[in-house]
Amino acid sequence: MDLQNVPQEGNKTLGGYRKAVYARDAGGHIVVAASNGWEVEEIVTSQAVEEMRSLAETARQNAINGLSSTLEYWMYARRMDLLLLAQSTGIWRWRIRRHFRPEIFARLSPGMLKRYAEALGLAVQQLQRLP
Amino acid sequence: MTFPHHRHAAHCESGVISNLVCHHGVPITEAMAFGLSAALSFAYLPFIKLSGLPLIAYRQPPRSIIRGLGKVLEAEFRFETFRNPAVGQARLDELLAQGHVVGLQTSVYWLPYFPEDMRFHFNAHNLLVFGKEGNDYLISDPVGEQTVRCDAASLSRARFAKGVLAPRGLLYTMQKPGVSTITPRVARKAILKTCRTMLAPLPIIGVRGIKTLANRVARLDPAAHRSSLFVGHIIRMQEEIGTGGAGFRFLYAAFLQEVASLSGMEMLSGFSDRLMLIGDGWRAFALATARMVKGRDALNPVILADLLRDLSRQEEVFFRDLKTALN
Repeated sequence: MDLQNVPQEGNKTLGGYRKAVYARDAGGHIVVAASNGWEVEEIVTSQAVEEMRSLAETARQNAINGLSSTLEYWMYARRMDLLLLAQSTGIWRWRIRRHFRPEIFARLSPGMLKRYAEALGLAVQQLQRLP
Repeated sequence: MTFPHHRHAAHCESGVISNLVCHHGVPITEAMAFGLSAALSFAYLPFIKLSGLPLIAYRQPPRSIIRGLGKVLEAEFRFETFRNPAVGQARLDELLAQGHVVGLQTSVYWLPYFPEDMRFHFNAHNLLVFGKEGNDYLISDPVGEQTVRCDAASLSRARFAKGVLAPRGLLYTMQKPGVSTITPRVARKAILKTCRTMLAPLPIIGVRGIKTLANRVARLDPAAHRSSLFVGHIIRMQEEIGTGGAGFRFLYAAFLQEVASLSGMEMLSGFSDRLMLIGDGWRAFALATARMVKGRDALNPVILADLLRDLSRQEEVFFRDLKTALN
């Protein structure tokens, strides 16, 4: 990649940051250049972000319709999946899956709620509600 | 308080370690740190999942740059991990009070200064802490152009995140700077090590790993939503997660060019040019994939697999020739 080909088209997922890339200058030396972003990166990052957003949105609808607990929504809203939530809380996956059932989630002990809330970076009251 | 050795870098680990080594009086570039630690690689690990997608890495595992560079420079680093976040924070404060610049492994997700769309649960990020003012830590994060601040609670959370590659509060300091000149001998040794990795007789590592990934891509169902996520994920690992472009190939080419200025290593300058061209091939693969993800072209796994196979072949020839040239 030559210096004049370093993408400067902008990438909204960078949030105003510029990233360092390596490219060849006119003299043939490879140097660090700051890039405003490449559309390719924006496309694949947005795809990943969008996927997580849609999982959270589905979980929110399920919570509103009483099909799932708010825990599932918050798990996706925090960009986690079942495996990561299990690792972060030390609670087995099958138990977490059970806690996705609203009637079981409603009966959770304060200690259990606190474990989830801490792993998700929330207050317990937030965890029990949708935003 | 400022940190004069903050330099913008492509990759967090090579950036952090070259800035830390510079701080201790040994001027070294990011490319040199990356190359000498033989960090270039390729690995396709379908049994390690990140959000349900396989781990695809264009470099050696976390911490290998720090350890590898320490070995080559005969420098000493001290690593410490903690069970208890409060103890980990107290130790960080103690080291800062003693005037140390401290390296940390953190999660990306819990760092508030990161752009919202970049905050994924990736646990092997590296940064330097060079001071504390009130409740804020002063941070040199080499993937940013400027130094930043981070409040104590968020930093602690990022250091003690759980999951794959959990940092367990890892912090490191440089105990002894080691040698300050890079000899052709150590550079040669490091390059041969990279050749060995890239030509390894394992189906998931190096050029064979690229081929295995190509075969996996070829089997994707073009109609499935998951397929698009899978190929998009490859490009994120290659371009987005701080690689300096083309999955570290440009960064490694910069290293080869720098080594070419050492006596007896002039032939590496041609190899540097060749690797830049291979890097352009990786960028073309990224572009073709992104167009399919975006729906500008129909998702065609066979075309993408062929591009990957071609890259695998090119790299195989490249690293064979490089090995021969150095032997």
